[in-house]
Amino acid sequence: MEITMTVNGVAHKDDVEPRVLLADYLRTRLGLTGTHIGCDTTSCGVCTVLMDGTPVKSCTVFAVQADDTEITTVEGLKSADGLHPIQKAFKQEHGLQCGFCTPAMMLVGKALIEQNPDPDEDEVRWAISGNLCRCTGYVNIVKAIRAAAAESRGTADEGPALVDLTNEPSPTVSAPVG
Amino acid sequence: MYPPKFDYAAPRSLDEALGLLSDRGEDVKVLAGGQSLIPMMKLRLASPAMLIDINRLPGLSEIAESDGYLRLGALVRHNDVGNSDLVSRRNPTMAAAAPWIADPIVRNRGTVCGALAHADPLGDWASVMLACDAEVVATSASGQRTIPMRDFITDVFTTALREDELLTEVRVPVSGSRTGGDYQTLERKVGDYATAAVATRLDLDEDGRIVGAGIALTSVCSINTKVTEAEALLIGQQPSTELFVEAAEIAARTATPQDDVRGPAEYKRDVVRVFTRRGLATSLELAQAG
Repeated sequence: MEITMTVNGVAHKDDVEPRVLLADYLRTRLGLTGTHIGCDTTSCGVCTVLMDGTPVKSCTVFAVQADDTEITTVEGLKSADGLHPIQKAFKQEHGLQCGFCTPAMMLVGKALIEQNPDPDEDEVRWAISGNLCRCTGYVNIVKAIRAAAAESRGTADEGPALVDLTNEPSPTVSAPVG
Repeated sequence: MYPPKFDYAAPRSLDEALGLLSDRGEDVKVLAGGQSLIPMMKLRLASPAMLIDINRLPGLSEIAESDGYLRLGALVRHNDVGNSDLVSRRNPTMAAAAPWIADPIVRNRGTVCGALAHADPLGDWASVMLACDAEVVATSASGQRTIPMRDFITDVFTTALREDELLTEVRVPVSGSRTGGDYQTLERKVGDYATAAVATRLDLDEDGRIVGAGIALTSVCSINTKVTEAEALLIGQQPSTELFVEAAEIAARTATPQDDVRGPAEYKRDVVRVFTRRGLATSLELAQAG
């Protein structure tokens, strides 16, 4: 079946079998492997993408259902101006450990902030309650989403301003001796 | 995981959808939110030959009040209910249940009517609708009929819908301002089925007497169960703690819970007793605040 989908601002026209899931279409056909597949049974939320701005589990939507929609994946967060505030915040607040849930957490965080510019801790925890972090690193994920909200409001007074560290040299780590 | 192959249609009009249903009814599943159906297809527990995706049908996404009913169209998502001012003003039982369906991302996609048609015996919405004396509207190429909720779910994953019918609306009667309701639920974690849950509704007259009552149980009977004996006990009475305790005893006795990973049967029966009493107390407060 022929579909047209705008993914991260780029229109894609494709012929897909109806049973192809959106997650697989994004990963295998478009090569956008930032969308992860975890449980594959609608439980863990790591495959979350934004469909017309709303978080959906892409393992539980057929690609044909996304015909004529706009999809945002983690690859679409960064712009010409650098990292998105939510990405900067996850970096600064160390909102990730293994990184597997991170794309979904950032997209859910972005959608939340657009609806609610000043979420308190409970509201953030409620919003991410469909997303599992296998490292159980929720404390810093919550901090990161709140920091991104503060940055987006222009009131990042709860901590140091977020900086884009993309082009800074990585700190040198010495191997332990002996 | 991939489901088996299927034909797919995304009709743009209700007539087109109903035509497809009457032509291919036997092998068809209707796809609305898909949050239960798609996982079942991936696990090969369901393998319909055709999916009719109704997400592009116009006019089915509305929550509206008319002719004495609060109406939810077939494409109203769980989160639409949770975010609706109209629902929170007019039906506190629904408003209380909406935030506990699945998880926030599933709620963006899954639909109330889809959940009712799916008839998962551990589903929440059927109990809400039983407590609220809802009706579902079944539409086919040959006409339309309404089915009272108490006759709709006939068995596990089985409803009174015919193969050529589409569930286009669920509606609940709207009573006066003195109505209250609640949905008490216990879940091990977000996204899990309820260990036990109780939907309640109370309507009061001007003297504060109970003129309408609804109680229904989730996860503690083979299907969602309306506790008509307790409802009959409440109607016509002045509300009191003793009355609610008695109704809660009837609800606990009506439950037929099983031992499973979510807990032993006797524990669940106790939860039903406590939740019925609490749910009625909260319903009363809301109705009196009306």
